Amino acid sequence: MNDMTPDGYTTEDGRKIGAVVMEMRNITLRFGGVVAIQDISFDIREGEIRAIIGPNGAGKSSMLNVVSGFYHPQEGEVWYKGAKRPTMKPYEVAQQGIARTFQNIALFEGMTVLDNVMTGRIRQMSAGLLSQAIWKGKAEREEVENREVVEKIIDFLEIQHIRKTPVGRLPYGLKKRVELARALAAEPSILLLDEPMAGMNVEEKEDMSRFILDVNDEFGTTIALIEHDMGVVMDLSDRVVVMDYGKKIGDGSPDEVRQNQAVIDAYLGVAHD
Amino acid sequence: MPEQFIWGMEVFLNGLMAGVLYALVALGFVLIFKASGIFNFAQGVLALFAALTLVGIMEGQVPFSHLINAVFGTEVHHFGWTVPALGAILLTMVVMVALAWAVNQFIFRHLVGQEPIILFMATIGLAYFLEGFGDMMWGSDIKKLDVGLPQGINSVIDEVTYNIFGYGFFIDNLDLWATLVAALLVIALVLFAQFSKHGRAMRAVADDHQAALSVGISLKFIWVMVWSLAGFVALVAGIMWGTKSGVQFSLSLIALKALPVLMLGGFTSIPGAIVGGLIIGVGEKLFEFLIGAPYLGGATEIWFAYVLALIFLVFRPQGLFGEKIIERV
Repeated sequence: MNDMTPDGYTTEDGRKIGAVVMEMRNITLRFGGVVAIQDISFDIREGEIRAIIGPNGAGKSSMLNVVSGFYHPQEGEVWYKGAKRPTMKPYEVAQQGIARTFQNIALFEGMTVLDNVMTGRIRQMSAGLLSQAIWKGKAEREEVENREVVEKIIDFLEIQHIRKTPVGRLPYGLKKRVELARALAAEPSILLLDEPMAGMNVEEKEDMSRFILDVNDEFGTTIALIEHDMGVVMDLSDRVVVMDYGKKIGDGSPDEVRQNQAVIDAYLGVAHD
Repeated sequence: MPEQFIWGMEVFLNGLMAGVLYALVALGFVLIFKASGIFNFAQGVLALFAALTLVGIMEGQVPFSHLINAVFGTEVHHFGWTVPALGAILLTMVVMVALAWAVNQFIFRHLVGQEPIILFMATIGLAYFLEGFGDMMWGSDIKKLDVGLPQGINSVIDEVTYNIFGYGFFIDNLDLWATLVAALLVIALVLFAQFSKHGRAMRAVADDHQAALSVGISLKFIWVMVWSLAGFVALVAGIMWGTKSGVQFSLSLIALKALPVLMLGGFTSIPGAIVGGLIIGVGEKLFEFLIGAPYLGGATEIWFAYVLALIFLVFRPQGLFGEKIIERV
C-alpha cells in the first residue's frame, strides 16, 4: 500500500480502490463524563473493505453509530462525498445511502424475508401516497421493478428457500444473512456491518466472510465493518483501524497493523500505565 | 317455514349490519395498535369529533361561536352558507389530518419508548380533551347528519323476501351502504398495508423502531400517516353512526363496544376486526331474540358482547386472528 494517492490505491490482490467517500475528522463522543471516542480520524475509500477492530468496549460500535447517525459526537466533523454532513437523524443518513446492520440483529420479526428485504428499497421508491392508495401508475411500476432487484439479492445471498418465511422463525445465522440482504437492497454507497460474525460457528463465519467478499467484488460496494475477532478481519479487509479505550492506536493494511506494537499490547493485554 | 325461523333470519341480517358499524370503529383501533403499539382509547371520540366537524362545516357553523360571543359580546352562530356533502367531507379530512399531526407533535412524540400503560393513559386524556374540545368548537346539541346516503327500508329485499317467505324483511338501505363502504375500506387497507411502500413501512415501524430508522423510514411521517388513516376510518364510522342515530355525544360510547370486538378478532388483525364486529353484532341480536327477550327479561345487548369477549379471553387470548405470541426461552 505504498502507492497511496488522493485518487486511491491498489490492493495486494490487485483491486483498484477509489477516492475518499467518507471521512471522520477528530471525532469525540462523550456520554456524561465517560469518553467513548476520543479525537479519532480516519477515512473510508470507495470500493474498499475497511475494518474497525479493537477489544470489547473500545468504542467500535459507538463509532459505527456516529457514522450511521444514531449518535451525535460533541466534537469533530463527518465528511461524506466531499461535503461536511450536518447533524442528521438516522433515517436521513440512511436516505443518503448509508445502510447498516446491527450487532444484535434488528429485523422486522413479524414480516417475511421478502418484505424485510423490500423495506431496504424504500430509498429507491418515490411514488406518492395517493398513487399507492389506488396502486396504479408509478406505485405499481415501482413495486414490480424493485421486487426484481430484491429477488436478485435474495438469490445472491442464497436465501431463496426462506423467502416467504416470517423472520422470527429463522435461526440466528440466517437472520444475519437476511439483515445483510436488507442493507444491500438499498444499494448503499457505504455498507456498515456491526460484528457480522458475532455468535456464529466456524462454518457460518466462513459463509459470511465469503458473502462479504462477494458483495464487494460483485457490486463494488464499499464496506466498513466492526469485529473484535482479529483473525477473520485480517483476511477480509484492505485497511484496518484499531481502537482501544476510545482512542485510535493503529491504522493501515492488515500487515502493518499486525506489526504495530501498540496493537499487539492491546490484544495481548499489556498493563496500561 | 316456521315464523320463528324467518324472524331469526331477519334478526341475523340486521345483526350483520350492526356488526359492520362495530367493525368500522374497531378498525381504527387496530390500525393505530399495529403501527405504534398504542391502544387508542380515543378512537370513538375521534369518530364523534369527525362527525361533529362534518355537520359543522356542512351547515356553515362558526367554530367556537359560544366562546367568541362570550368574549367579544357578539352574536355570531352561522356564516350563512352551506357546504355540499362531498366538499365538507374533504374539508373534514383535512381537519383530521391536522389533528393527527397535532396529536403526534404535542403528545406521542414525547412519549416514545414509554410503557404501553402510559401511552394508554395518554389516549384516555386525549379522548376527554377531544370530547370537551369538540363540545366547545361545535356545541353540545344533538345534530342531524345527512350526506345524501339512502335511508329507509330497502324495497327490493322487502319484496323478494315477501315472495319467498310470505314475510318482508326490514333491512335499512343505510346499513347496506355501510356494509359496502366498510368492505371496500377493509380491502383497500389490507392491500395498502401488504403491497405498498408506506404500508410496508407502517408494518416495519410497528415491528422495530431502530431497524425502521436504519432503512430510512421517518417515524414521525409514519405516525402522522397512521393517525390520519385512523381519523379517516373514524370519519367513515362517524358518518354512518351519525346518519343512523344523529350526531350526539353518546357516539363516543360506541368505542367501548369495539373493545369486545377486538378481543374476539385480535388486536393486530384487520380482517379480525371485521369478523369480530360481525360476530358481536349478530351474536347480541340473536341472543336477545332467542334467549334474552323470552327468558332473561331482555336488554341483554348491553352486556352480551363483554361476556362473549370474556369467554374468548379464557380460551383464546390472542383472539381469532391475532398473532400468536411466540417467545423463545
